[in-house]
Amino acid sequence: MSEIKGASVVIFGGGVTGLSAAWWLAREGVDVLVIEKGMIGWEASGRNGGGCSHHHSPLFLEEQRLWPDMDELLGYPTEFSPSRVRLASSEHQMALYGRALSNAKRQGFDSEILDVKQIREFVPLAGENMVGGYFYKFGGHANPHRTLQAYAWAMQDHGGRVMQHCAVTGFQTAGGKVTGVETERGLVACDHLVIAAGPQTGRLSAMLGQEVPVASARCEMIVTEPLPLMPYGGVDGNGLYGRQTLRGNLAYGGGPHEWLDIAGNAAPAKPTTPLMGHIGRRLAELLPKAAHARIIRSWAGVIENTPDGRPVIDRLGSLENVVVATLSSVGFGLSPASGHAIRDLVIDGTCSFADISSFKLSRFDRLEPNWRDLQGWQALAAQEAIAA
Amino acid sequence: MASTIPPDPKSVAGKALQVEERTQLLVIGAGPAGLAAAIEAAGQGLSVVLVDENPVSFKTMGDEVPLHYGQGMSGLARNRNAMLEAFIASEPLIEIAFEAGVDVRLGTACWGVYANGPSVTWLPGLVAGLNDEERSWMLQADHVVVAAGRRDMGLGFPGWEKPGVMGATAAVALASRYGAFAPRRVVVLGSSAEAVSAALALREAGIEIVAIIEQAAEPLGEAGLIATLRGGGTEILTGHVVREALGRDGVEAALVSAIDAAGRVTGAEREIACDGIVLAVGATPVVDLIDALGCKVAFQAERGGYAPLVDADQRTSLRPVFAVGDCAGIWPSKSLDRAVAETEGRRAVAAIIHDLGLDDGRTVPEAVVPDAATHDIDAYRLAWVRASVIEARAEFHVCQCEEVTAREILEVRPPRYLDWQNERRNDRSLAALLGEEPPNPDQIKRLTRAGMGPCQGRRCREQVAGLLALGAAMPLSSIPLAGYRAPVRPLPLSVAGQIPEAPEQAEHWDTWFGMHAQWRPFWDVPEFYTVASNDATGPVASE
Ligand SMILES: Cc1cc2nc3c(=O)[nH]c(=O)nc-3n(C[C@H](O)[C@H](O)[C@H](O)COP(=O)(O)OP(=O)(O)OC[C@H]3O[C@@H](n4cnc5c(N)ncnc54)[C@H](O)[C@@H]3O)c2cc1C
Repeated sequence: MSEIKGASVVIFGGGVTGLSAAWWLAREGVDVLVIEKGMIGWEASGRNGGGCSHHHSPLFLEEQRLWPDMDELLGYPTEFSPSRVRLASSEHQMALYGRALSNAKRQGFDSEILDVKQIREFVPLAGENMVGGYFYKFGGHANPHRTLQAYAWAMQDHGGRVMQHCAVTGFQTAGGKVTGVETERGLVACDHLVIAAGPQTGRLSAMLGQEVPVASARCEMIVTEPLPLMPYGGVDGNGLYGRQTLRGNLAYGGGPHEWLDIAGNAAPAKPTTPLMGHIGRRLAELLPKAAHARIIRSWAGVIENTPDGRPVIDRLGSLENVVVATLSSVGFGLSPASGHAIRDLVIDGTCSFADISSFKLSRFDRLEPNWRDLQGWQALAAQEAIAA
Repeated sequence: MASTIPPDPKSVAGKALQVEERTQLLVIGAGPAGLAAAIEAAGQGLSVVLVDENPVSFKTMGDEVPLHYGQGMSGLARNRNAMLEAFIASEPLIEIAFEAGVDVRLGTACWGVYANGPSVTWLPGLVAGLNDEERSWMLQADHVVVAAGRRDMGLGFPGWEKPGVMGATAAVALASRYGAFAPRRVVVLGSSAEAVSAALALREAGIEIVAIIEQAAEPLGEAGLIATLRGGGTEILTGHVVREALGRDGVEAALVSAIDAAGRVTGAEREIACDGIVLAVGATPVVDLIDALGCKVAFQAERGGYAPLVDADQRTSLRPVFAVGDCAGIWPSKSLDRAVAETEGRRAVAAIIHDLGLDDGRTVPEAVVPDAATHDIDAYRLAWVRASVIEARAEFHVCQCEEVTAREILEVRPPRYLDWQNERRNDRSLAALLGEEPPNPDQIKRLTRAGMGPCQGRRCREQVAGLLALGAAMPLSSIPLAGYRAPVRPLPLSVAGQIPEAPEQAEHWDTWFGMHAQWRPFWDVPEFYTVASNDATGPVASE
């Protein structure tokens, strides 16, 4: 690869957040460069459930506006499919799951409550064991791998660039701004910097004088062989999230996560565990007519969470031309909108389409320094470490 | 510090894995290496569980698990008891293992082995997931010896999905071990020591070997053995490939033709009547469990491709885990003499005994060293892929499960079910995807679905790697291994779901992190967040 000397906007992190932001910028003709220390989408962005229904977020309306058009806008398929069903195996679950209805209603979206008979129509693989469910006439799901690659190709079509297998090692600053980033392949000058580096966002922002507090955890999913397509692929419930892919596979996750200490710049290990069986049991309960389906893979992903589990999309106070973005473990579905918000912060200094004041870093100004301990989010000491 | 603060109840903390049984040594695979290890360990007083998935059911064979059977099973394979008897009768060491006190479990598969390490800390130790037709459970072992054997590189050509096209390992198992092989007249692809010994084993079992097809100019195997085959009426066709498997419901003939050094067809095509085509172009160590567990694996030409890194004691990069027999490496002298694999098994046990401080001065078998490579398997396998797949006379599915062609792999095309015909975007290619690193088959899998199906890539992964190497003009050895992940055998939800779980896990199970603050609608979020002011009481369900 020829040496890259600089770009107007440099983005750290080739996940969905960084690549969506790059696409938003590139389509306006901005000279943008994404620097990824490994392969694009190799972390959480290529390992998630693909859900796009985040009615609690200020980016919800933009998420809903954009998804139906993303294939056309990007020029590549994302496998987006609209609507979602959520089934409850108990009255308790039914009540807890109901929050989506009121959140969405307030923002102008309808839902339906499904009785047991309707469940059978909407979800042919379901059985008699669910007490009820909801049909959301919003949201949906998409294929993370394809979406991720679509952002990358689309932004390249507009002249944006990606540099893979290149870690960022340091920064150059002058006059309260970042003027360049030091990488394994030399210095890259920039007018603006975006940090969307997932779990590394904390460490990198700390190097720039204002740390985004995050802790990272490992989560697991399973996938089955393909089954006949249901009318709606996005069927959650019984403690699981997931989807039937357009190919017919059931891809599901849920259950306990494992808090980690991530050392340095290295990509965290992502092994799976026998939790696979426990996810499998719940999936067989959610969709009893699929109980015979065979699990063909499992995988794990590592994601960061802020102390309140909510995104940070903000300009750093310490350096005026730096935008930091973490979606705090729920960032795939919101990515069309998060990229737009980042684009706005870089170019205009403020988000044009939503009030994202709840994503400000300043909400942690009074945070206890030992917040991680206080929330019980510490990594466990290995009982007996065998793997190196 | 804050030691009195309870850990996050939604995390893995305090959720003990429910283990059903414990043993000092688990041996996976009842071939010569695994049996020798199990018998030796039991003889030295260890508690030993030996599992082998064979005989797998007719249905499982039909799904091409664990080998590429290519529907080559005769009706006899439906008779589970007969298959079990045949399996035991064909391997005298099984009886000896029973007598030595080894807890032998046939028809029991191991679909995953797990250990604590970076990013996993909550397991009780080294644990293995086992299953039979009905049930799945966890076994904890102090040491694991993996003796999972070999499989074959798949190699496509038009018609290779037809019943009767199969891997050599599957063919030999069906013919020699079970007497349940349907084809009577077969063509064998490949002429290495492994191919020739497979052909001889099939002949021994009464199968006619009509021809050996070899793309290289000369046969690779030992001249004497090639002459034996020729003497028995087998035609040795070097500088040839199969152009197509012909037949209506199964293979009825192989259409072959001569090729030049670039793999291009030169001569006239010719039909060879046969009812089976046996792929023996690359015997490959079975590294699925080993790779999924996190043992270091590397392309080692002298060991037949991707194989675990083992030391002189057969120890992998994980201390209590050993690899023995074909899964640790395949080379001619090992393929021709089972004593080599058996020695590896006993050598591993000697190291385990030493680890346990139980040495009693008995002599330890000599370390086993691979033969020097007889041929450049990197170039040889690429030559096959070039001649058979790239130069094919018509398009066919390299990945049969997901129906992906070579062109679709090299052009990184979205799968057909998307019906995505954006001709504007036809210029996407490997080069556009990659930058300067070698192509990664896992990335190609994500985009094209090649290798993503229920056979878990068993039939296509080596070919896909070969295509990527050719497409990027890089050696085969530079293409990373497409990662394996548990379950390394397809496992029904209803079976996997029987692994019991800790009550604490069930009590706190949540869709996601189970954080109250995460799902508070944005219009209700307070200006400042502190742990002290955060109300995390009451029930919660993540979205
Ligand atoms: C199992 C699982 C299921 C999920 N399900 C859903 C879901 O259904 N819906 C949903 O919306 N979200 C879901 N998520 C969350 C979602 O995947 C993430 O929030 C999202 O992918 C975050 O994208 P990102 O680009 O911010 O971060 P990442 O994907 O983590 O990308 C960050 C990138 O930065 C790179 N990087 C780090 N440091 C450096 C450096 N110094 N220099 C250069 N590059 C660097 C990393 O290599 C990485 O590629 C799930 C996550 C997981 C793990």
